[in-house]
Amino acid sequence: MSKRQYNNRVMQWVEDRLPIISLMENSGVIYPTPKNLNYWWNYGSLAGVVMVIMILTGIFLAMNYQAHPTVAFDSVERIVRDVNYGWLLRYLHMNGASMFFLLVYIHMFRGMYYGSYKAPRELLWMIGVTIYLAMMATAFMGYVLPWGQMSFWGATVITNLFSAVPVVGTDIVTWMWGGFAVDFPTLNRFFAWHYLLPFILFALVFLHLWALHTHKSNNPLGIDAKTPQDMMPFHPFYTIKDLYGLGFFMIFYLYFVFFQPNFFGEVDNYIPANPMVTPPHIVPEWYFLPFYAMLRAVPDKLGGVIVMFAGVLILYVLPWLDTSKVRSARFRPVFKQMFWIFFLDCLVLGYVGAKSPDEMFMGIMTMTTLGQIATTYYFFHFIVLLPLLGKYETTKPLPNSIAEEVAKKYAQ
Amino acid sequence: MTDNSNTLGDGSRRDFLLVSTATLGVAGTALAVWPFIHSANPAKDVLALASTEVDLSAVEEGMAITVMWRGKPVFIRHRTPSDIQMAAEVELADMRDPQADADRVQKPEWLILVGVCTHLGCIPSGQKLGDSRGEFGGWFCPCHGSHYDTSGRIRKGPAPFNLPVPPYAFTDDTNIVIG
Repeated sequence: MSKRQYNNRVMQWVEDRLPIISLMENSGVIYPTPKNLNYWWNYGSLAGVVMVIMILTGIFLAMNYQAHPTVAFDSVERIVRDVNYGWLLRYLHMNGASMFFLLVYIHMFRGMYYGSYKAPRELLWMIGVTIYLAMMATAFMGYVLPWGQMSFWGATVITNLFSAVPVVGTDIVTWMWGGFAVDFPTLNRFFAWHYLLPFILFALVFLHLWALHTHKSNNPLGIDAKTPQDMMPFHPFYTIKDLYGLGFFMIFYLYFVFFQPNFFGEVDNYIPANPMVTPPHIVPEWYFLPFYAMLRAVPDKLGGVIVMFAGVLILYVLPWLDTSKVRSARFRPVFKQMFWIFFLDCLVLGYVGAKSPDEMFMGIMTMTTLGQIATTYYFFHFIVLLPLLGKYETTKPLPNSIAEEVAKKYAQ
Repeated sequence: MTDNSNTLGDGSRRDFLLVSTATLGVAGTALAVWPFIHSANPAKDVLALASTEVDLSAVEEGMAITVMWRGKPVFIRHRTPSDIQMAAEVELADMRDPQADADRVQKPEWLILVGVCTHLGCIPSGQKLGDSRGEFGGWFCPCHGSHYDTSGRIRKGPAPFNLPVPPYAFTDDTNIVIG
């Protein structure tokens, strides 16, 4: 790397001792980005913004939150009623969790549609899946902290999943609880983990960006950039595009914060935790519903737990299950349809997860049966469809270059 | 540089030092991890709260009470003769977790169970009048639909095991110690 010169003497002084100025310039200003990114490429940076909001609001909430069963519920109510702007901090944090998942789900489906996980970006994708896992663990433990009925029973049911492990299952659960039921030790350690994990997540995001900047962004055409004409500097072109999208997103997010702060929550969580009474309907937060449906689709306890975890972990091997060399669904007519069926299947799983298992679906089958069909299709898509499509699908011819396609578009 | 070059004898001695240092380092780290893991297990004060005394004299036939033991509900049901008969007459071969009623009680009229569903830990209903007791007259778990009979044995639904019987002892005719 050639040495860079800056007119500002302070910047030059820092640069000579720690080349952080050029690092920031390389990765945030002149960073080459494909010319043809559409708005589906906004969601990564949006998720990053929400992560920062979550960490900031979380740190300030922690200054007023108390992790003990006798006072946890009241301390959250105090934050909302008495702490200055406590309501704002809490509702930004609570709804921020839902927003974070929504953005990340769109980001993931974007990656699937345009084949962003394919070589040479497999590790980028796998770090992303790890970020998703860290998010799930963080969200689950955060949901326990207000110590309402859903907090308590959610914690009980989810930790009990591990009791399905043969032989040592019960010991694992006792170890996770620090006792013989969900109680003070559990709440206190969940708070500690809930504070720690976001910083691990933050570090993973840096690895994600490092891997991204190594091979640069994929693009809607899914072809490699060949010449500098295919690219544009990140600033000002994509900084402004990201900011424009951020404006729309903030309107959506703040609508919930200000006008429907409990839209994504469960009423029962405003009843303080009671270890002696289980609420009649235990439902996880919306972002876990598809996996909850998978858990309930299998009549065997251990089997259900295995299928549920497999549903998430299969994402790690997605780059190798999809054997097609063509990345973007634009040039894969059959895959394009299969993608939308898969997307629909995920929505069906979410719908089933929200319903009680014995309820009927349009009077033809129980929710359990529908869940079993949807779960089977979920795995069928990954294990059977994707490998076979790569072999037998006739793809459309790929364009020569990004620059040529962009020029064509604007010539019209 | 020439002094440090790997002559034959020197190389094997270095290999020995490298392997033994690495082995000791890994073993030492593994041992040091244990205190951290074990610190998450129940502490001594949690273990010390492990027994509960209950006076049964006010519990009439057909009534049930719930007491807390180790942070979990314990169901105590004063069974009626028909409850006992139903529990005793059932064919064990039909059960998921076969166990005779006689092996689950010390005195047939007193059924004492940990009231936590063996599926995913919810509290089954059936303790209060008007609660759903499921298809077998015992308890019904609303979370995922497990049915337990009048001996607390799993008869239908996803739970893999019977409701467990906690360790308990009668200190006299109407008093028990659980734990």
